[in-house]
Amino acid sequence: MKGLEKYFEKIKPNFEKGGKYEKWGSVFESFETFLFVPAKTAPVRGAHIRDAMDTKRLMSVVVIALIPSLLFGMWNVGYQHFLSVGQDAGFWQNFSYGFVKVMPLVLVSYIAGLGTEFVFVYLKKKEIEEGFLVSGLLIPLILPVDIPLWMVAVATVLAVIFGKEVFGGTGMNVFNPALLARAFLFFGYAKKMSGDKVWIAGLEKGQNVVDGFSGATPLSQFAGTTKEQLADGGFRIIDGLHDNVISAYDMFMGWIPGSIGETSTLMILIGAAILLYTGVASWKIMLSGFLGASALGLLLNALPDGLNPYFELPFYYHLVSGGLAFGIVFMATDPVTSAQTEKGKWIYGFLIGVLIIIIRVFNPGYPEGTMLAILLMNAFAPLIDHYIIRANVKKRMKRIKVNAA
Amino acid sequence: MSNIIKIKRGLDIKLAGAPEKESEDLPLASSYGIKPTDFPGITPKVVSKVDTKVKAGTPLFYDKYNPEVVFTSPVSGKVSAIHRGERRRILEFVIEPDGNNEFETFVKDKPENLDRETIKENILKSGCWPFIRQRPFNITAKPEVVPRDIFITTFDSAPLTADFNFIVKDDFSAFQTGVNALLKLTDGDVYLGIKAGDSSNPFINTANVKKYEFSGPHPAGNAGIQINKIKPVNKGDVVWTLNAADVIIIGRLFETGTFNPLRVIALSGSEVKHPKYFRTLLGTKVSEVLKDRLKDNGKKKRIISGNVLSGVKISEKEYIGFYDTTVTVIPEGDKPEFFGWAKPGFGKFSISRTFFSWLNPDKEFVLDTNIHGGERPFIVTGEMEKVFPMDIYPMQLLKAIIIKDLDLMEELGIYEVAEEDFALCEVINTSKIEIQRIVREGFEFAIKELG
Repeated sequence: MKGLEKYFEKIKPNFEKGGKYEKWGSVFESFETFLFVPAKTAPVRGAHIRDAMDTKRLMSVVVIALIPSLLFGMWNVGYQHFLSVGQDAGFWQNFSYGFVKVMPLVLVSYIAGLGTEFVFVYLKKKEIEEGFLVSGLLIPLILPVDIPLWMVAVATVLAVIFGKEVFGGTGMNVFNPALLARAFLFFGYAKKMSGDKVWIAGLEKGQNVVDGFSGATPLSQFAGTTKEQLADGGFRIIDGLHDNVISAYDMFMGWIPGSIGETSTLMILIGAAILLYTGVASWKIMLSGFLGASALGLLLNALPDGLNPYFELPFYYHLVSGGLAFGIVFMATDPVTSAQTEKGKWIYGFLIGVLIIIIRVFNPGYPEGTMLAILLMNAFAPLIDHYIIRANVKKRMKRIKVNAA
Repeated sequence: MSNIIKIKRGLDIKLAGAPEKESEDLPLASSYGIKPTDFPGITPKVVSKVDTKVKAGTPLFYDKYNPEVVFTSPVSGKVSAIHRGERRRILEFVIEPDGNNEFETFVKDKPENLDRETIKENILKSGCWPFIRQRPFNITAKPEVVPRDIFITTFDSAPLTADFNFIVKDDFSAFQTGVNALLKLTDGDVYLGIKAGDSSNPFINTANVKKYEFSGPHPAGNAGIQINKIKPVNKGDVVWTLNAADVIIIGRLFETGTFNPLRVIALSGSEVKHPKYFRTLLGTKVSEVLKDRLKDNGKKKRIISGNVLSGVKISEKEYIGFYDTTVTVIPEGDKPEFFGWAKPGFGKFSISRTFFSWLNPDKEFVLDTNIHGGERPFIVTGEMEKVFPMDIYPMQLLKAIIIKDLDLMEELGIYEVAEEDFALCEVINTSKIEIQRIVREGFEFAIKELG
């Protein structure tokens, strides 16, 4: 690698002040620091030794934690597709079908997002921030597989510009950029983002689809359950072929229709384990998020029968269905947009869990509430922190009064 | 009778090169230096010009805004140079010793027999005053203020630092005399922060003080943390802080009537052949301590006056800092590392478990000065709280400083902290922000605004 190092040393002067490509200095620097951890040493005064962790490492750990969900998502895309066309497919056939479907989404998201980032690197004359490494993978994982690529590109560019760069870049943004991209699509192209047809590759076109096959997600089936059905034998969530009952176990494992990366709670938990063991994400937010959702689920279960069939859904069904687990593990824990005080994180996570269930159960329009719950709490996180910090300030002020008395 | 306080949040970084408990007497150095830059907030006015003959205890300069506060020569000889930097700012006074061992004479008596004014004047005139620092803002104490309390730290919990128990071994009586003198300067109490869990700790026997034992990781030994746990600084309060090594010098003043700043200094760090202690004077030229004692491994080295967390990088030609009892030498990290952020990192230090070094928790690290990444805005939250054991929100306070909101700084507790209390935050910060510099700038801003 000495050669590469020397080459960079050689071309570096061109990009420095007064050099031929001075304007591209920040872009050059972004590439250089990607390849080499810079030789920068600690200042004269201050801490002379530093933790080896930097934002690149941080983001790459999150990317690694997302990989189980990504791989499973690819397999499931294939599995659901072949189920819908009534074909028996092996593991590799499922996976390769999904790989071909999902990879373009990932690539488009990264290319559109990083491209936009580099424009800002050039304009702001600042080295690239690594936040998009994670957002770029999150975006395809929370979308339905058949979403047109150009929509992904548009949403990603909008999210990077209006979700992040207008606030000043990673670290300054109020809303989670990946969720913003999804929200743009959700409200702008609702037909491609909801309903029973979008979750399975090829279902919309309808070629070769088995007669009577439904692509409804468990969540929309919960929401559609009537009193009569409930009286007739409880929740019967069924897969597209109307013969197999989907159990909580199936939902936990993830072979159900849904956004690409969100279906397998198991894979998400593997990612969560990586995030928690490395200390990258806050266990407080994750735990309180699941607690909040369970608490409200249990509360609804405890209400008298007959009010709303959806209230009867066992609370743990909520935890393993839809995007709840994915949202709480990977999106709610985004340190920039979540509450920043440790006490605030408990409240923030808990309220996200509660809100997800409220939106799911009480809002007939949206079967899923994870995206809206997290975005809403992103907006409230600074307020939560404000009250926590005021309490600390009050304590300090009280100390003076006690002393004076 | 002492109280035990457990510090839970913090971090002990295991570094290679801790000093052995043996000491060597160093001969008189070729020169000694006193650096006005060691005293933030003072504006030096020269008393002894170049070529003036000085004794140990002769004033070199005083503070323009507090003329009683004088800074004296540690040794008899002559002022051989006054080095200046940009805009003629004085960087250091260099004194060449003459070997005559002449001392200025000051009051020599038991502090018990003296009144507050005499003690104060004695400490001021001898040049011992700058050993006393005040909270808020961790600056040289103002002589006209009577402090609420005085806090003395008797151990340094930062990595590779001198063990005060070892330093005080032969000087315990001087330490007690110094404590007795300080007792007269406050209407409150003198508090001693002692390392818990060692019954042979000499400081347990100190008389006339309130003793608190501290256990747990660094920064348990920092004055700021100890004050925060014992009796926090409120708006309007002024407390003084000293460390035990400096109290010894104050005690010696009253026992001998001279300013005789003998120092036991630890030379430590992975780049030192045999890390151990040296007896010398305050302000010794660092090259005399390092002579032939560094490893010959071809690595570029950084010499730090003080500890690795909040010391100052100095060159071989410079002098050990006024307050420092430790000199640490570690490798410079001025080499780029190919895909360094992506490697497994078996030997890398991190508070997170993102590098595989967690497989080997007892390893002593050899760390260099590379900061391992580029500077970013604050991103990760909750990491500082893990190493900041005060009831203060560190990141929010830093942000208040950055936006220069004085009221907010005050509300969030700026009066209680010093730069060193934030040292671990700077070490572990993922965004590589120069946190201690921000804290210092916050102090400067607040001092200016408050007048």
